[in-house]
Amino acid sequence: MTTLDELPPAVEEEKARERRALRITWVDLFLWGIRVAAIIVILWGLIGSIQAFLAGEGLSAQGWRDLIISSLAQGCMYGLLALGYSMVYGVLGFINFAHGEVFMSGTMVGFIAANAMFENGLWTANPFLALFIVLIVAMVTSTLTAVIIERVAYRPLRGAPRLIPLITSIGMSFFVQYTFAGLFGVGFSTYPQAPEILAGSLNILGLQVRTTQAAVILIAILSMIGLWYFVTKTRTGRAIRAVAEDKEIAGLMGINVDRAIVSVFAVGGAMAGVAALMWSLLFRSVNFFTGFFPGIKAFTAAVLGGIGNIAGAMGGGVLLGLFEGVGPLLILGGLGIPGVSQLKDAVAFVALVLVLVFRPSGLFGERLGSEDRV
Amino acid sequence: MTAVATQPEARAVRDPSRIEGRRVLKVGTLAGVAMIYVAAVGLLDTFNARMIISPILSLAYLLFFAAPFLAGRVFTKRIELEGIETKPATGADVGAAALAGLIAGLMPALFAWAVNTFPDLRSTFPGWSPQMVDLLTLGRGVAAAFLLLPGISAAVAALGAATGLLSKRVQKALAAGTFTVIGLALFSVVVDDFFDWFKALPDFLYPNAGAMSILSAAVSFVVAAGLALLLPGRVPKFTTGLASEDGATRRRSTLIGAVIILVIVLLVPRFLGGILNELLINVGFFALMALGLNVVVGYAGLLDLGYVAFFAVGAYATGVLTSPISPTWDPMLSWWQAFPIVLALAALAGLFVGTPVLRMRGDYLAIVTLGFGEIVRLLLLSDWLSPYFGGAQGIRNIPGIPIFGQEVNVTTPVLMVYMVMAFVALAAFISWRLEHSRIGRAWAAMREDEDVAEAVGVDTVKAKLTAFITGAVIASFAGALFAAKVGSVFTNSFEILVSIVILVIVIVGGMGNIVGVLVGAVVLIGVLGGPNQPGLLQELGEYKLLFYGALLVFMMLKRPEGLLPSRRRQQELHQDEFLQDAWLDRSPMAPGPSVAEPRGKDYEF
Amino acid sequence: MPLLETRELEKSFGGVKAIQGVDFTIEEGEIVSIIGPNGAGKTSFFNVISGIFHPDAGQVLFDGLEISGHTPSQITTAGIARTFQNVRLFPNLTVLENVMVGQHCRTKAGVFRSVLRTPSQRREEQEIEEKAKDILSFFGSRLVGYRFNQPAFVLSYANRRRLEIARAMATEPRLLLLDEPTAGMNPNETVEMTELIGRLRDERGFTIVVIEHDMKVVQGVSDRVVVLDHGVKIAEGTYEEVSTNDAVIEAYLGRPADLEGTA
Repeated sequence: MTTLDELPPAVEEEKARERRALRITWVDLFLWGIRVAAIIVILWGLIGSIQAFLAGEGLSAQGWRDLIISSLAQGCMYGLLALGYSMVYGVLGFINFAHGEVFMSGTMVGFIAANAMFENGLWTANPFLALFIVLIVAMVTSTLTAVIIERVAYRPLRGAPRLIPLITSIGMSFFVQYTFAGLFGVGFSTYPQAPEILAGSLNILGLQVRTTQAAVILIAILSMIGLWYFVTKTRTGRAIRAVAEDKEIAGLMGINVDRAIVSVFAVGGAMAGVAALMWSLLFRSVNFFTGFFPGIKAFTAAVLGGIGNIAGAMGGGVLLGLFEGVGPLLILGGLGIPGVSQLKDAVAFVALVLVLVFRPSGLFGERLGSEDRV
Repeated sequence: MTAVATQPEARAVRDPSRIEGRRVLKVGTLAGVAMIYVAAVGLLDTFNARMIISPILSLAYLLFFAAPFLAGRVFTKRIELEGIETKPATGADVGAAALAGLIAGLMPALFAWAVNTFPDLRSTFPGWSPQMVDLLTLGRGVAAAFLLLPGISAAVAALGAATGLLSKRVQKALAAGTFTVIGLALFSVVVDDFFDWFKALPDFLYPNAGAMSILSAAVSFVVAAGLALLLPGRVPKFTTGLASEDGATRRRSTLIGAVIILVIVLLVPRFLGGILNELLINVGFFALMALGLNVVVGYAGLLDLGYVAFFAVGAYATGVLTSPISPTWDPMLSWWQAFPIVLALAALAGLFVGTPVLRMRGDYLAIVTLGFGEIVRLLLLSDWLSPYFGGAQGIRNIPGIPIFGQEVNVTTPVLMVYMVMAFVALAAFISWRLEHSRIGRAWAAMREDEDVAEAVGVDTVKAKLTAFITGAVIASFAGALFAAKVGSVFTNSFEILVSIVILVIVIVGGMGNIVGVLVGAVVLIGVLGGPNQPGLLQELGEYKLLFYGALLVFMMLKRPEGLLPSRRRQQELHQDEFLQDAWLDRSPMAPGPSVAEPRGKDYEF
Repeated sequence: MPLLETRELEKSFGGVKAIQGVDFTIEEGEIVSIIGPNGAGKTSFFNVISGIFHPDAGQVLFDGLEISGHTPSQITTAGIARTFQNVRLFPNLTVLENVMVGQHCRTKAGVFRSVLRTPSQRREEQEIEEKAKDILSFFGSRLVGYRFNQPAFVLSYANRRRLEIARAMATEPRLLLLDEPTAGMNPNETVEMTELIGRLRDERGFTIVVIEHDMKVVQGVSDRVVVLDHGVKIAEGTYEEVSTNDAVIEAYLGRPADLEGTA
């Protein structure tokens, strides 16, 4: 042990330096401030709404129920779309911005099929067959779009820094959008009125539910079961999970990584196709821009649920639907803010920020491959 | 973030003696699909009126026949592997190209036939009209098209292939000539306007309504090609100089670039008419925002997709503070009095957006900032806050910027241009100084590896917030100027698209490089236009986003580092090439250590 | 007072207990090696000290101050610097810049001073550069001259390790944590690194904790050796004491009845 007197500065100075370094940062305080403020505002709004409800103002109980169910239906659509974002992120580690366009392609081409069937009478004569055909057309189109995008834009970028495929996907998103604008024109097309059977409402366990919304929720549940089966029970599903965990090792184990990735895009596309059918039932009107905002919302839902987590994506979607459907009226309405429906999207994004402030890896936790974990 | 160098795909060695049927078929089909795409999406209609060489070539056909031309070039492109050319192209390749062109040309002819035979398609595809068929068949009818289109595209493809047989130098000269003609034709407005004091030149170049004649095109082609032959590559030298590894060369190139830009900036507005000054102002706004975003994305590596929010904060703050009829308050400050407050508010906004996202995963930043951008817009638009921000009505009657007793606003475009340029210069100066400082180094370290930066004592929280705030302040420059220039602010100037376009500018220009970002703004906003502002190619209209998208994808695939990349970015994306250079550098640059060092013990790579 | 002290440190990941009740001290001017089989929790121990993980229980005291729960940059500023097992440089920054970044926490110039480039900021920048060059010259001729402006990714593996140590030195620490500094080096380089670790203490006055697998290096540098196994400190003492300890031999060669495998 040599020359301790050669050691650098005086001990007092060192001490002071250490103490200065170890103060609590104001960032933590600020974040706590946000958390506390958020809870107070939400509670305040809730109390306001409950008071108003008890006083018999605002929506009736039936009104709230309808709102919740329609929000659920929309949330299911977000959830199916979110699956595509979540799975691609889980496997390739980038946000596929163009997924909204995959969905849009399904709604647009699905419309052509629906319109043709409406004109030749199949739509009214055999509504289930007609809807099934629309579903198949939308799924095939969306799957094709997703797979082509992957082939053209993403495959050459394997291994590039992750910002690059993300930016490519933004470019692809606009390219696809305006290709459709060029082909189909910029105007809105409207799906034919939903067939008779779906027009009314159903009585499910004493709840009056609009049939279209019930159908949407049912389709979402069926698709989730199908997807779950595919991912956990089939060979391709296993390959996908292996590739998501570690591409290199999966490749060494004899899994065709490219094929697994294509199947991820295909499955995501198919789910987007199902979501396209839901859109046609819920909103009917479509144009080239239809995919953009639902896409962003669905990505929000994927993050909300915990990215890479398939069940989380669906859960995140449903929750996001509820937040943006019920939230404005329940919280903001309770605070006495006018024109709350204009703030629907703002509420959705605020919900995202708050969820991430409270739980940085999403509500249901991330599921990421070895390369993407911190 | 670890960068993995993209490996060049291994190419199969081709047998030069035979034409490969499958390759011809593949290239031909792809080119044909591209041709159909141009027609089906409606680009033919859109660009038909824009003449390049009157009356033989419009921009529409330039695009249309670009596909077979490029397809042809594929066949005689000299593949270089490790600096060695594998195989010289031969006449047989030209033949193959012609064949591919023939196949390509058949496809649009078939398409024209289909559209003509099934007029019902039009109810779904409104653009597939008889006019389109007419354009597609060159006005000669569908039957003739089956001869004409394959014939022409075969010829064009063969021509494309033939250019590949020429020497590099001649090829460059031809390219220079071609691009000069196309450039002169596309930017006729600029040339016309700029040479207001020497009408003879534009009169000669554009004898008929803004389009070049065959004669003027031929003359410009010859002049440009001749110059390119005689003057060996000055321009490429300059552009590589900007990205050079050697500090002195880079500084010199940057200086030259700066001087050129300065001269243009000081002189040009005087000569330009109103439309072009308007364009220059828009370019300036976007350049400002792109410089700001460059700090956030390019230096600090934080992907912000809601950057327009800060532009909105700047514009709305200026509006509220200066407008005499702003809804609730009317403090009626002058622009200069309001300016520091605006900057402070923007900084606060940067802090407020930046703080919650600090601890989030890098990729979540994109969606959260995008969300913030939308939240700001929706709040400004809402009825709830309309007593303060005017809701859909916006804020009107915003006064201009008083300078020397004169009010600078939309009515004084020349002064406005100078004003905007001054702020662009200021923003460029700030970013340049920050880049080459302790803070810039911390950003660079954080961009490379956030965890390690934190572990070597960089307070990443502080570094991120500094980046956000600097970016926000620079965007608020643009916002304040925008409000004063337009005189009113509405939320539709602050949509997501604006954020995306700014990001495209930064990326296409060259992330992390100030000159690159400025060039990106000039090229993209000047030529294609902003989301709500027309560029020089006015007829693009809605299609400009198609081009933005295609350009973005193309750049990412072919040149992800951008037009004028920063050294670091260039390195990151081409590590293997830099490793070779570093190896070559050893001997000349390092007389001492590299010779003294025992090789076996300390070899590189 | 010891320079660094941990008391009853605990850290687990899911069901895996990486560190279980480790007490550790190091005096100013000491060099202590931490050894143990793979998965013994050595790197986790470093990660907890340097603030990358927060301990589940227990305390980390640096010069008498509690540092657990603070961010890595705060801890580095307080005077603990580290290197990583799998060298982590800023690959696209130049060699010189890599070291200059290390000076970040010892310098002050903020946005305004940097933009205006005030005399004090310029002086500071110059000092940063000089210090960085001085630190790099500590490694002989390997990282100087033309190397200054080369990006870090062109360096050889051994040079990367050296550069990483240089970067840690630039933070002007009192305690240096070196995570397997000789991993992947050839025998000559290893000998050199052993010597270098001694010089770091003798010439620059750092207190050093080093994780090491190579027993020659451990023997060459350590004043004291600490052995971890399954997150538990199983032995401590001089190299000679430890190398003859039964528990240590058992940890390395395996226990006959142990079917758990390595955690």
